[in-house]
Amino acid sequence: MIVARRMMLEAHHRCRLKAHYSMFELRASYVSVSTMSRERRRGLGCRAQSKDTGGTTHVWGETGSVTTAEPTKETRSDEDLDLPWQVVVHNDPVNLMSYVTMVFQRVFGYPREKAERHMLEVHHKGRSILWAGMREPAELYVQQLHGYLLLATLEKIS
Amino acid sequence: MEISQHNDHIEISELDPFLAELLRQIPASASPDGVPAAEQRLFSSPTNGKEPELCAEWKQYVEPELRRLFQSATETVAVDLEQLNGNEKSLANSTLRIPAKHTDAWLSALNQARLVIAAKNNFTETELSDHFRSPIGSRRDLSLFQINFYGFLQEFILRDMGT
Repeated sequence: MIVARRMMLEAHHRCRLKAHYSMFELRASYVSVSTMSRERRRGLGCRAQSKDTGGTTHVWGETGSVTTAEPTKETRSDEDLDLPWQVVVHNDPVNLMSYVTMVFQRVFGYPREKAERHMLEVHHKGRSILWAGMREPAELYVQQLHGYLLLATLEKIS
Repeated sequence: MEISQHNDHIEISELDPFLAELLRQIPASASPDGVPAAEQRLFSSPTNGKEPELCAEWKQYVEPELRRLFQSATETVAVDLEQLNGNEKSLANSTLRIPAKHTDAWLSALNQARLVIAAKNNFTETELSDHFRSPIGSRRDLSLFQINFYGFLQEFILRDMGT
């Protein structure tokens, strides 16, 4: 059963990896952690398919064989995942102002003026909220910002 | 040292041996290995330590991707830096050409190196703003000079990219 779960995870991960660009590119494809965890909870792999039969999950692996996996325990409700989240960038004395502006333009598609406004807010106030919305895109933004080595976090809007 | 823009590359010419050596050190300087503070900075928490489940999944799935991304950048830079190894006269000035398609990799590697050096030395914000400190003095002064020199290159590349 552990093997089946591992197969699902590996299949999912391979699928994600396949989407990556071969050349170095800062805009690489990004894995959504919440998507992965939810799909895992639902027993969905990427290449592997599953069918929920109320208690046990059958998984069709790449070899075509059917194995049985234990249902995974729910730890977060969908409602919890759908709460609004915000992407916050924190001040860092090492990153150059021009670099941070360029990253905001690239990641969020902001025009230069808006990107500069956020950069200055980070510089003067220590943090700036760059984006707010659903959790999955928020995670993707944070992942991209980390790819550019910015200090970024995901915060639940209370 | 002179930097000039060309259609498909940036050229750094008249590089004296000291600056050439600083450039050669980019890949090694970008490595956070053995320095927990640097490791923590390059792979920072996505939630400021809150949401432990998300942090654990991030470590498992996202961090390896970030490592791959950062390593890919330093490898690209390391290949470009091989141009500096061909000079037979060790004290002669040298020239380095950075292909336009590698500028993203250079920006990333320079940034990694700056962050790792700053974390290793625990520089204060005041020290980081001191752009005129001489590199001759202590290892710490040299590290600060290295951060500023790499920052200068980053600025030039950004300007070249038209940002």
